[in-house]
Amino acid sequence: MHIAVVLRIVPDLSEEIEIAESGTEIDREWIGLKLNEFDDHALEEAVLLKEASGARVTAVALSGEGAERQLQTAIARGADDAVIVAHDLEGVVGARAAALLLAPIVSELGADLVLTGVQTPEDVFGQLAPYLAGALSWPTINAVAGVTPDGAGLTVSQEYSGGFAARFSVQGPAVLGIQTASRPPRYVSGTKLRQATSLAIPSRPSELPAGFAAQAVSALAAPARGHGAEMLSGSAEEVAAKVVDLLAARGLVGA
Amino acid sequence: MKVLLYIDLLDGVATPLSRELAAGARALAGKNGMIDAVVLGRSPDVVAGLDVDRVLTAPDLAGQEYNPVVHTAWVEQAVAESAPDLILFGNSTSGIDLAPALAIRRGVPLIGYCTSVRIHENGIEAQSQIYGGKLVATSRAGLPVLVMVNPGAFAEEPASGRTAEVVTLSAPAGQHAGTVTLLSTTKPDPEAVDITKSDRLLCVGRGIGDEDSIEEAREAAGLLGGELVGSRPIVDAGWLPKERQVGKSGRKVKPRLYLALGVSGAPEHIEGMGSSDLIVAINTDAAAPIFDYAHIGATVDVADFLPAFKEALSERAG
Repeated sequence: MHIAVVLRIVPDLSEEIEIAESGTEIDREWIGLKLNEFDDHALEEAVLLKEASGARVTAVALSGEGAERQLQTAIARGADDAVIVAHDLEGVVGARAAALLLAPIVSELGADLVLTGVQTPEDVFGQLAPYLAGALSWPTINAVAGVTPDGAGLTVSQEYSGGFAARFSVQGPAVLGIQTASRPPRYVSGTKLRQATSLAIPSRPSELPAGFAAQAVSALAAPARGHGAEMLSGSAEEVAAKVVDLLAARGLVGA
Repeated sequence: MKVLLYIDLLDGVATPLSRELAAGARALAGKNGMIDAVVLGRSPDVVAGLDVDRVLTAPDLAGQEYNPVVHTAWVEQAVAESAPDLILFGNSTSGIDLAPALAIRRGVPLIGYCTSVRIHENGIEAQSQIYGGKLVATSRAGLPVLVMVNPGAFAEEPASGRTAEVVTLSAPAGQHAGTVTLLSTTKPDPEAVDITKSDRLLCVGRGIGDEDSIEEAREAAGLLGGELVGSRPIVDAGWLPKERQVGKSGRKVKPRLYLALGVSGAPEHIEGMGSSDLIVAINTDAAAPIFDYAHIGATVDVADFLPAFKEALSERAG
């Protein structure tokens, strides 16, 4: 089995997000970037599959800020190799365009399984895994919470709302949108990470089909605040005391 | 306008989101518009009372549970036969499986995470959650278009008196490379704690810090007379079991009190607890979306709040 894991760098949502002057995108000049959380799980699941079945893992990312470093880290985490997909698009590449750029690369690599995160914070126009599956004419399963080898194929667990779930047997190629890896993403030592920074990552070019036009956001805005919270001030101790008083007044403290 | 909507089934029943979609479809199509609902694996009776004109069914799939490959093929067939202007999916597991692949194969635009949809000029305009709910994106598309809708974007309507015509779809031609076979389905464990039954929930999110704080939070929940629950990252990390997860892929709760500690308020979490009677949120990030839904909030550190909260509760009790 040859697994391609697609990694994406996204804005760090723990930081303040500001709208750029254009009004249609965020200001990226100072925003922190990080590996998409669900892609982190996808990489872990790929390495777990490698350890269980001897599969080969290739980490893949579109060219852009942070891509090379993230792919080097992926190798330190257990990927066998990595490739940057070079393109000439500017700005954020949406999931549909990314799928069209990645599909021929997946075929060139000879991968027969693609793992990526189920979504990113920027997926307004759809998610990568099902788009890539559509472009490849492969099956897709999303909201995946565990993949294990099963003979020549895989057993894939899919989650639905309300605690419902299903297990599928997958034979043949597929694109999986990972929600949770079978175990939390592993820690990699600083030594291994430093060693990885000297790795050269090869690049393969790709381009969009003629006539492709990406969808675009016409405006970004802060959400209309509903009632908003009544904010309590003071130290943590003062706030705690106020909260307990408020709860007691509502009969919510005690048995 | 002609609208096609996919009916998501859970345990053989149309989901609340699917019922909202039907109401939204009628609001957009108008009383003279045509609405087709795709129902796969169950009888058309599952949409009885919904205001749709036709139910497109596949008798070949009777009694079969959801399978993404099978449903992909039948939904494409439904789109080919229905030729809709607008195709609606819920923002759900099946919606993600089915909608984007359909969109790219048919060359149709798609707008996801929609919290509102309206007709605009010759197409639609939609608002979507983006960046974990911190911002709202407005976008437009011409017809035909595919839209994935969040829970709560449309309000479910009372039962309609309309009787839908039942149409049998022709069997789709061809399948994907590779096969996917259902092995088993699972429901929530009836023996596990049922957090939906507790009227006081204390939820820990990523801002709780480390696993050592979970025990302190559990003690606080106990002093409160409630249950400890967690957001998805806490359960993914193995710090709490799945049955204590609140959110889109966990349980939906509506307690009298929901105390959210270190929870950012991502849309998927709000989906699970946004209707709680009283929401108190503690988070050091003043811009955290949770404060748009909370009734009471404070930006103190959870690590300082939690021991003080336990002490205040103990003093009140003792």
